[in-house]
Formats: sequence, C-alpha cells, structure tokens
Amino acid sequence: MAQEFWRWKEYNWRDPKESWKTAKMLTAGVDVGSVSTQAAVMADGELCCFASMRTGSDSPDSARKSMEWALKDTGLKVEDIRYVVGTGYGRVNVPFANRTITEIACHARGANFMYGPTVRTVLDMGGQDCKAIRCDDKGKVSAFLMNDKCAAGTGRGMEVFADLLSVPLEQIGDLSYQVAKEPQPVSSTCVVFAKTEAVGLLRKGWPKNDVLAAYCSAMAHRVYTLLERLGVEGDFGITGGIAKNSGVVKRLEREMGLTPLTPRYDPQIAGAVGAALFGRTLAQKEAA
Amino acid sequence: MIANYGYKDGSGEYFISIDTDGCNGCGDCATCCPAHALEIIVNDYDEKVAAVTDQERRKLKYSCAPCKPVSNRPPLPCQAACQPGVIVHSW
Repeated sequence: MAQEFWRWKEYNWRDPKESWKTAKMLTAGVDVGSVSTQAAVMADGELCCFASMRTGSDSPDSARKSMEWALKDTGLKVEDIRYVVGTGYGRVNVPFANRTITEIACHARGANFMYGPTVRTVLDMGGQDCKAIRCDDKGKVSAFLMNDKCAAGTGRGMEVFADLLSVPLEQIGDLSYQVAKEPQPVSSTCVVFAKTEAVGLLRKGWPKNDVLAAYCSAMAHRVYTLLERLGVEGDFGITGGIAKNSGVVKRLEREMGLTPLTPRYDPQIAGAVGAALFGRTLAQKEAA
Repeated sequence: MIANYGYKDGSGEYFISIDTDGCNGCGDCATCCPAHALEIIVNDYDEKVAAVTDQERRKLKYSCAPCKPVSNRPPLPCQAACQPGVIVHSW
C-alpha cells in the first residue's frame, strides 16, 4: 500500500504517578471532532490519561474506542467515571455522555488549563474549522468567532497538502523553513483552489518546500484575519492539531507579533480536557 | 459573551454578532426574522439567549439578502425588534 502521508500519530498517554488511584472524583471529556477524537480523563482537576485517534466514519464507535484506549492499563472502567461530557462536532454521538457542551466553551476552558489563567485569546485550529475565542481568567468565553464554512486554515487542508506533496504531515513545519527565500503565499484561500495553484507551482518547477512554505503562510494569514476581527489580547494560545505545525505557528507569530504560550500537554486534546473540567463543575453542582 | 455567527469567504465577511450579556432571551428577533435565521437557545453557561440557527450560519449572505436591498434600506427587522439592541450585522 502506498504511504499515507496525511496520517498523523494516534496515541494514548497516562500519568506515570497513577493519580487515578487516589482520586476522589473522576470526570471525562470526549471530543468527537470532524477529523480526530480525543478522550481525556481527569482526577480532581488534574489530567490522568488521554487518547487521541482518528474519528473515522462511525462517531459513537470512535467515542467508545477512544475512551477505552485512554483507560487502557489503568484498571478503570467507563462506569468508574462520575461525569462524562461530550463535545465537538459529533458531541451528540457520544453514547455514554451525561451532557453535551459546545467545543467553543470547552476549548476556552481547556486552554485555560493548558496555558494557565493568563491566556486571553485562543485560536483553535481544528480538522475542519477554525475558531477564534476570547476568554477571561476562569476560561469563560467572552467572545468567539467561528469559520466552519470552509476548510481553509484547518487540519484537513494540511492533510490534502501532505498528500499532494508526499510529505509526512509531521515534517511539514520543518521543511517549510528549508527554503532559499520565503515565497509569496498562495493566493487562493480555498483548499481546493489552493491545491490547483500548488500543482501549477510544482509544474513550474518550484521545489516542494517552497510550495509548503507558500501554503503555510497563506494559512497563517487566513487565520490571522479571523483573529483580527475578534481583536487580539495577550496572552495567546493555540489549540487543535495545527498547533503542532511550526510552519503555520511561527508564521502566525511573525504576523501577530505575539508569541503563543507553551502548552502543558498536547494542544490537540484541549477540547476534551475542557469538557472533563466542565464535567467536574457539573458533578459538583449536582452533588450540592 | 459576544457570539459571532457567520463566515468569511472570497466575497466578504458575513457575521451576525449577538452580545449575550445584554440579550434578555425574549425571542422577538426569532419571531420577526423572515428567514427564520434566529432562535432562542440555552447556551453552555445555562443562559437563555438568541443565536443564529445551525443551518443558517453558513449562508447568511443569502438568508439576510431580502432584508438588505441596495437602496432605501429599512431598519433590519431583527435589529428593530431587539429591545436591548444587541444584534449587530457586519455587512
């Protein structure tokens, strides 16, 4: 089988301190996104395990699988978890969720956990949409803006380019800086048109690193216009899969003149973490 | 919370902003919108507020077009109906 360049790493993680054994309350968040699904389990407000995988075509199934994977080798069962919150595009498809909350609120809350209470502007670059969020020191959303109409500035667009240029997704960031001179960004904002344009550039003899650079900077500019509309306030953090793509992040940094904070964990799981934190608040409210 | 619903594409930016802190959840905007683009929802923080419906978020340019003639534009029905005045159109 041909190599799947777009395929990113699916993995799970557990706290080496095994915090779930002594925890008073376990809550979980499941973020069923358009491209990826994450499940995160938190013990008394601290992360104890998570899993990140592709959503595939069956959302309830991937929600269940990601949860099982997160709990693997911890000795825990789904029933041990006090409160489960579903979020993301497929939030209604989490069969074991106690409640659903939109991904906007969850990402703000998750970013608050990941980047600390100083974060005010959150950019979530997901698989199929891009959200700009402003939040307060508690992680409560004060303004948001979402572009879910088009795939420009999203992970899906990156996957398309990885495939087109036969470059593994994780290497796009580094390769996009191995250029003699920073090229002009591709002019199309639409992924389909941008792909057409990129093919044209390749046929004209552009090295593929230059094409990657041109696409990354177009994407950075695209999401910056969203942020600009909402207004940027420091500190700034990026969540979602693209946060791991330095090709976009560093160019965005240059355009904004603001350096994003360093996350405590994988920024891709911010939505699930936020959902688990919401679960904790909701469970406490229920008990009171 | 300033909720911006809508999108940006090659032809421009089409956002409806609703300041949910000012919104009283009366639902007058939803009743008077000829395109049925507005509704009252219970948001993540358990507040009853107006929002743009899921289906309309991606086609506001077209849904709102009948209320936005090129000349002699009357006040928008949603904005006229909104007592606290929290609905803003970006275009």
